[in-house]
Amino acid sequence: MSIACGKRLAAFGLVAPLLLFLVLFFVWPLVTMMSNAVSDPGAGRALPQTAAALSNWDRSSPPTPEMQAALVDDLRTTQDDQLIGDLTRQLNSARSGFRTLMAKTVRTVREEQGAVDLVQVDQRWEDVSFWQAIAAATASPYTDRNLLAAIDMARSPTGEITALPASASANLAILQRTFVIAAGTTLACILIGFPYAMVAASVTGWKRQVMLAAVLLPLWTSLLVRTAAWFILLQDNGLINRLLQTLGLIDAPLALLFNRTGVIIAMTHVLLPFMVLPIFSVLIAIPTNLLPAAASLGAHPLRAFWRVLLPLSLRGVVSGSLLVFMAAIGYYITPALIGGPTDQMISSVIAFYATGTANWGMAGALGIVLLVATIALYVVYDRLSASGTERA
Amino acid sequence: MLKPSRFFTVSTLLASTLALGMNAAAARDLTVVSWGGNYQDAQRKIYFEPFSKVLGKPVLDESWDGGIGVITAKVKAGSPNWDVVQVESEELALGCADGLYEKIDWAKLGGKDLYLPAAVDDCGVGQIVWTTGLSYDADKLKTAPTSWADFWDTKKFPGKRGFRRGPKYALEFALMADGVKPAEVYDVLGTPEGVDRAFKKLDELKPNIVWWESGAQPLQLLSSGDVVMTTAYNGRITGINKTEGKNFKVVWPGSIYAVDSWVVLKDAENKDAAMDFIAFTSKAENQVKLPEYIAYGLPNKEAAAAVPAELKKDLPTSAENLEQAIPLDVDFWVDNAEALTQRFNAWLAQ
Amino acid sequence: MTQPYIRFDKVTKAYGDFTVVEDLYLDIAKGEFVSLLGPSGSGKTTLLMMLAGFEPPTRGAVIVDEKRIDQLPPHRRNMGVVFQSYALFPHMTVAANVAFPLEMRGVPKADRKQLVDRALDMVQLGAMADRKPSQLSGGQQQRVALARALVFEPAVVLMDEPLGALDKQLREQMQLDIRDLHKRLGLTIIFVTHDQSEALTMSDRIAVFNKGRIEQIGTPNEIYDHPTTRFVADFIGETNLLDGTIETSDASGLTLSLPGGKRIRVAAGSNEAAGKTVTVSLRPEKIRLGADAGPSSSSGNSIPATILDSVYHGDHLRMVLDAEGTRLIAKADRRFGDLQPGSKAVASFDPADCWLVRS
Repeated sequence: MSIACGKRLAAFGLVAPLLLFLVLFFVWPLVTMMSNAVSDPGAGRALPQTAAALSNWDRSSPPTPEMQAALVDDLRTTQDDQLIGDLTRQLNSARSGFRTLMAKTVRTVREEQGAVDLVQVDQRWEDVSFWQAIAAATASPYTDRNLLAAIDMARSPTGEITALPASASANLAILQRTFVIAAGTTLACILIGFPYAMVAASVTGWKRQVMLAAVLLPLWTSLLVRTAAWFILLQDNGLINRLLQTLGLIDAPLALLFNRTGVIIAMTHVLLPFMVLPIFSVLIAIPTNLLPAAASLGAHPLRAFWRVLLPLSLRGVVSGSLLVFMAAIGYYITPALIGGPTDQMISSVIAFYATGTANWGMAGALGIVLLVATIALYVVYDRLSASGTERA
Repeated sequence: MLKPSRFFTVSTLLASTLALGMNAAAARDLTVVSWGGNYQDAQRKIYFEPFSKVLGKPVLDESWDGGIGVITAKVKAGSPNWDVVQVESEELALGCADGLYEKIDWAKLGGKDLYLPAAVDDCGVGQIVWTTGLSYDADKLKTAPTSWADFWDTKKFPGKRGFRRGPKYALEFALMADGVKPAEVYDVLGTPEGVDRAFKKLDELKPNIVWWESGAQPLQLLSSGDVVMTTAYNGRITGINKTEGKNFKVVWPGSIYAVDSWVVLKDAENKDAAMDFIAFTSKAENQVKLPEYIAYGLPNKEAAAAVPAELKKDLPTSAENLEQAIPLDVDFWVDNAEALTQRFNAWLAQ
Repeated sequence: MTQPYIRFDKVTKAYGDFTVVEDLYLDIAKGEFVSLLGPSGSGKTTLLMMLAGFEPPTRGAVIVDEKRIDQLPPHRRNMGVVFQSYALFPHMTVAANVAFPLEMRGVPKADRKQLVDRALDMVQLGAMADRKPSQLSGGQQQRVALARALVFEPAVVLMDEPLGALDKQLREQMQLDIRDLHKRLGLTIIFVTHDQSEALTMSDRIAVFNKGRIEQIGTPNEIYDHPTTRFVADFIGETNLLDGTIETSDASGLTLSLPGGKRIRVAAGSNEAAGKTVTVSLRPEKIRLGADAGPSSSSGNSIPATILDSVYHGDHLRMVLDAEGTRLIAKADRRFGDLQPGSKAVASFDPADCWLVRS
């Protein structure tokens, strides 16, 4: 072995832990999530004979005795309850009712010997839609059902992709709302965070320490506690409304809870550090004599801010905005507790599928949609900012 | 290139790390998981600590917020780090069908006959009976609402209503408000027309609904006056009346009760201790202490009978409270939770 | 001087109990190049900042062109400021930097371009217009800063140690450039520096600052040859400060007795009485070294000395002497290069070159 090759190997050995870490904690979960979203692994393994029997079924005529016999056989031979569980979850997601149907059928089939008339066990086995779901699930180990459902679409029994009515599924609306709330939070963070960072960067000593500590403080308590605190503050007879009323600024309490205003207030508070810190770090790196220089050259303080300080701190604003936006997209506890019915974000839907029904395929599909939308936004932003820099 | 000796060091290190991890796992004590809050405090006092003395080893307790996905993930990962978990009835049914739980040895528990039928399952042992129902602040409302129709009547009772966000309970209550008899609610809901009817009824109240998420929220909403009535869990209502001197009332007719059960996770390390623990908590003399702390019904018949009358009146299992209440239809929700939640979210977004 | 263009009238600047500038008067004429020279912390930069408007005076008035300006914000003072670290806007091109003051003054775009080009040509940077400041060398950046401060034809140009960050050769080149611009454009320049040679080469007048006060103000010549205080004499150039006691005082000068007992004549008159201790400044280059007293010994002072050290400086030798107990520094012509440490010599100097300073 040559020395160069040995050196390269040694170098690889040094970065290997990092690589391993990246793969283990970044690539692997992502790949798992994606593959969960598009694969139907249970059906093929649990129902091999049924799959064969259904492969030449026209998917509309009534179920034949052969199909029934194959299913009974499969359910008898497959003893792995967790595999049956995966299958059932997947089928129930496509057609509600499989849960109880399968539980009943599996129990009966295992108790009895010989041929079983499934329709006798449960009338639902007459219904072709249940067989269609099995046929679709066993046809291929891959499926686009979750991805389509994540964007409010489904395949009809004959295989065409159709949009679901707005009354049936609202994932896209919720996704759009997620981006709107995240954008609103980001904007609010800029409006508060920028002046705050400016003041923090302009003072020195203990004042700066106090200001930075104040903005970091929220990070030291749990998200739930902070959200609960906002819940109390924002109530109709909460501190904020009472204060405004005492000051005579408003007559009736402002509606701050269970609406978007409240959500954005609370989320802004929680995410503010992610805006203030990058802007602050950029600001303190800007030479202190630029603003006096601008003033000496005849710039009114506002114009000096606009032409000098703002362009120079834009880098911090942009990285802060990305941080806040990305973090905001994933929120759901705050909107759940403080928001109204139309403020729920996509993460709560993902959480429902992930923990509520263990439908990781759907959770993964929604995750992919969110990821793709975010990447698309980032690309757009990147293009815009790139062309912006060229012009400047 | 990695020299053999260095390679050896690395692998030794890895091996010892793994071994260390396994040792840590081997040393794990019986871990019991419940719903947290007052309830778990009470459980700690009357179950965990006494059982720890019987066992001669510590009993660890953790809390969770439910979700079959959590249990599925733990069991599928192999050697779960929880042993006994208190689950809701859907989680019991789903997990049992999916093979996520150990089967219960009912002989250890003195036979199935000692317990309410609803508390008996292949995979779980019922521990509490709890109710979701209409509640209100009797100090604020002059006329008491008595039914879901009153809940919907915003003329007679102006103000906002609290509702748990999600289709479960909301659809049932909507149908009852629309005149469906409690006993027939799930028959109607089992048809597509019934679901449409429930959503239509919810439409009427939609502008007046404040949706809540966690069990403490409805109490806060009632206390602050943000809502005049809300759905709530009965145990919380009795609890706040006791601790904060409130006069919140539960309307029992039309309420829906459910059973929470202990399960033992599949291949849990402390399986045997877990079964012993469940048997311990199911004994009448232990279980009877619970209502002092929190107003949940007891599945052990002997224990239920021994509860003092003044506590009994607040329990979902007392005869008059049960009269017009219905049990949650677990099968219905196991089948339909996903599809109806999707529809509910869409309805909410409109 | 008729009506001064800029006047500091009894200006005081204090931060709490700490007084940076105290009761200061300073008049500057139009077209004058005045250096504010002093050690750091002497108040010279504070004075500049008060003129630019970045620091309000605690007391007193700042008057420019017969108008009080101490209440005007900096952007309305029409003064070009050149900062020590240039303060160029890093996100703008050189041309945009120079155009900035024009833009702020609402100069039409077309005129702007012309003025910017002219200003850049003036500092020989016409080719660099489209570069960013970070792509320029330190000297080029400084010239951009200069162009930017001059392009809008300000009433006064203020420079705060503008050459401090440049290396020696570049600094000397820039000194000449700035002086040249001053002459060509008839600018009024106030130049803060702590480098006395810079002040001497560039200025019409130098104000020497010490502890918040002006110790002395005058032409470079006056400051160098006739320092009025010990501080000025010591700060400007190198000097020998000789403490002596007055023995006699007459019309042609004083006779002093040095601590070693040696008597010297000093041409300057003084109303101090005999017996009083005074300080005399004697520039090293005024001392002549020779094997004997030399031709002018009758009218001048001469002290036998022992050479302690001799350092080669190219154009001269710097000698350290022990002149009968008084330590003297002399700049010797290279002809005396054969005087080695330890050898004897006679240091002679004119009474007229001995200048009485206050302590």
